[in-house]
Amino acid sequence: MKKVLVAMSGGVDSSVAAWLMQQQGYTCVGVTMKLYENETVGYCRSRTCCSLDDIEDAKSVAAKLGIAYHVFQFAADFETQVIGRFVAAYESGMTPNPCIDCNRYLKFDRLYHRARELGCDSIATGHYARITQQDGVFQLHAARDADKDQSYVLYSLTQQQLAHTEFPLGNLTKNEVRRIAEEQGFLNAHKRDSEDICFVPDGDYAAFLERYTGRTYPPGLFVDAQGNKLGQHQGLIRYTVGQRRGLGIVGSEPLYVSRIEPETNTITLGGKAALLRTSCTARQVNWLAGRIPEAPFAAQVRIRYHAAPCPAVVTPTAEGIHIAAQSPLSAVAPGQAVVVYQDGQVICGGTLN
Amino acid sequence: MIYADHAATTALSKAALTAMLPYFTEYYGNPSSTHAAGTAVSRGILAAREQLALLLNCAPREIYFTSGGSEANNQALRTVAAIGKQTQRQHIVCSAFEHPSVLRTLDELQDTGFSVTRLAPNQDGLISAADVQAAMRPDTVAVSVMLANNEIGTLQPIAEIAVGCRARGILLHTDAVQAVGHIPVSVRGLQADLLSLSAHKFNGPTGTGALIARRGIQPYSLIRGGGQERGSRAGTEHAAGIVGMAAALQEKNSDMPKHIAVVTALREQLISGLLELPQVMLTGSPNARVPGIAHFCIQGVESETVLALLDERGICASAGSACAAGALEPSHVLRSMGISGAWAQGALRLSLGADNTPEEVRQIILAVSEIVTRLRKGTV
Repeated sequence: MKKVLVAMSGGVDSSVAAWLMQQQGYTCVGVTMKLYENETVGYCRSRTCCSLDDIEDAKSVAAKLGIAYHVFQFAADFETQVIGRFVAAYESGMTPNPCIDCNRYLKFDRLYHRARELGCDSIATGHYARITQQDGVFQLHAARDADKDQSYVLYSLTQQQLAHTEFPLGNLTKNEVRRIAEEQGFLNAHKRDSEDICFVPDGDYAAFLERYTGRTYPPGLFVDAQGNKLGQHQGLIRYTVGQRRGLGIVGSEPLYVSRIEPETNTITLGGKAALLRTSCTARQVNWLAGRIPEAPFAAQVRIRYHAAPCPAVVTPTAEGIHIAAQSPLSAVAPGQAVVVYQDGQVICGGTLN
Repeated sequence: MIYADHAATTALSKAALTAMLPYFTEYYGNPSSTHAAGTAVSRGILAAREQLALLLNCAPREIYFTSGGSEANNQALRTVAAIGKQTQRQHIVCSAFEHPSVLRTLDELQDTGFSVTRLAPNQDGLISAADVQAAMRPDTVAVSVMLANNEIGTLQPIAEIAVGCRARGILLHTDAVQAVGHIPVSVRGLQADLLSLSAHKFNGPTGTGALIARRGIQPYSLIRGGGQERGSRAGTEHAAGIVGMAAALQEKNSDMPKHIAVVTALREQLISGLLELPQVMLTGSPNARVPGIAHFCIQGVESETVLALLDERGICASAGSACAAGALEPSHVLRSMGISGAWAQGALRLSLGADNTPEEVRQIILAVSEIVTRLRKGTV
């Protein structure tokens, strides 16, 4: 019988993923990755440890399914590969996406390696995305449920990883998933979706960074495109490109962060028009088919997790890709991922410059 | 299933179960009650207390029942802290590889003004009595060193440490949780002022342990309420657990030499078998250890994987330390011994009991060898 390692977070999605794999006849091994110590992320000592609650939920589902279950310690790797990169990105004025790093370095690398060690053929997760195969090449597609689609954070998957990965929720909607969880009597059927970054549960990134690094991020200048002083910012880490709220500056038109310069500790603000770019480039590009196309091609690009894909022409370059958008892209944030689709199929993805 | 995790817990012995059963059905009175139903239970507890006193070579009144080893350790340290506060001596010496119930309590005491010296063991996993002596200060109120380490099984020179403590009027606490029932433990012989033990480590029930406190030391009560345990532990006594603990230890002690011989032979079989694998190290002294515990550091593998694969083959083992969630923690015991990196990652604790057989040990050796060989080859 085929054996699969199911990454179980304790949430409803990965619980149902485990059930679906079992229904398909797989022998399942449930695994929860312990990614951080509560102390590391300054977690709420006052309330019940949240990550322990999640583990309890995963255990409960594994017991209900009668599958093997383990909690594996990945905190050291998570700190280096995910939290470390997150901090470095913010400190250099970029907008990181830690979920992508976690998928790339932890779930589909360390955990996959562990799966192989445990004799599993593949790894299954509760991601909303679809993997298909055509002419011996594996393809990654957006999920049927467009609202829940997570293909954006999965662009780093290689052919080898796609060949050994299962996304059993790819053809289901969130409502269908919750219904299965209810039918199966999973106690997390109505658990709310996690929205924030797991190691910053309150969403206050600036407070996390200050606590974690022990550093303070000094105030600096807000300037306009011409370099005229507009006011004082409260430390670089509190801002990302495209941000409008919390600037505390009143202008004749709504102002947005258009540029962050760590070298001079300066943040440039501008109107909505200043955010528009007709072209951009990305580096560290992963081509899902495993080979780089020779010619430019028409595609749809997504520059933020839940942004609508925009038509563009994508040109492979020596450093990565060049993107020429059909209509201007708003708030291209360095450090964020750009993912290139063709009719819902992920062609490539990389990090915006 | 092959159970090789006796340091975690043990099966309840028939003798203990037999002793306990009437206390769930027939003898259900509250031992504090003065009527016949209560008296029947209080007499059972008294008998158990006297029996345990004989087995441990202490006075019956020096035994304070607790919910287990962790509570006994907490209570022992809170007791010396209270004495330290009264006598203006706020320094405590311990080993760096004590059980978390000792270390976390000492962390808290440190937050309230105590200073704590944590002594590192040598590479054999042994604390030197001379180091303990050298760490003593005029304001040292107590020394706390475990009798047997729970992860690696090494035996500490408590009697020798006690001599130094006596000479300077310093209290000695020893966590004997992994020793009682496995080697002869005499409270008088060790000259310990405070000693912790736990029933389920020697085929007694979980939820029952004891703190032994030398006459003249009133254990500080962690729980406020009625006057049970002579004011040192409020709450209705767990009579079934207490009589079960006494019965379990009675059985262990009466068969001790044979038990030690059998389990030691199994352990030696295991050690020599696993040391045939390349890049495997026995952690701690080969000689100064409790009969049942053997701990290995295995290069080129990760404990979590080895344990999961052993579990699949029906072999229950441990790495020694896990967090509340069940994930493995980097072991403070190994760190204190200077073992880190690739060696510490492949920690494996196998703890045997008299119910194991040479055939089971052979199967364990075979399974570990196969798993380690396969993992080292890399299957990905």
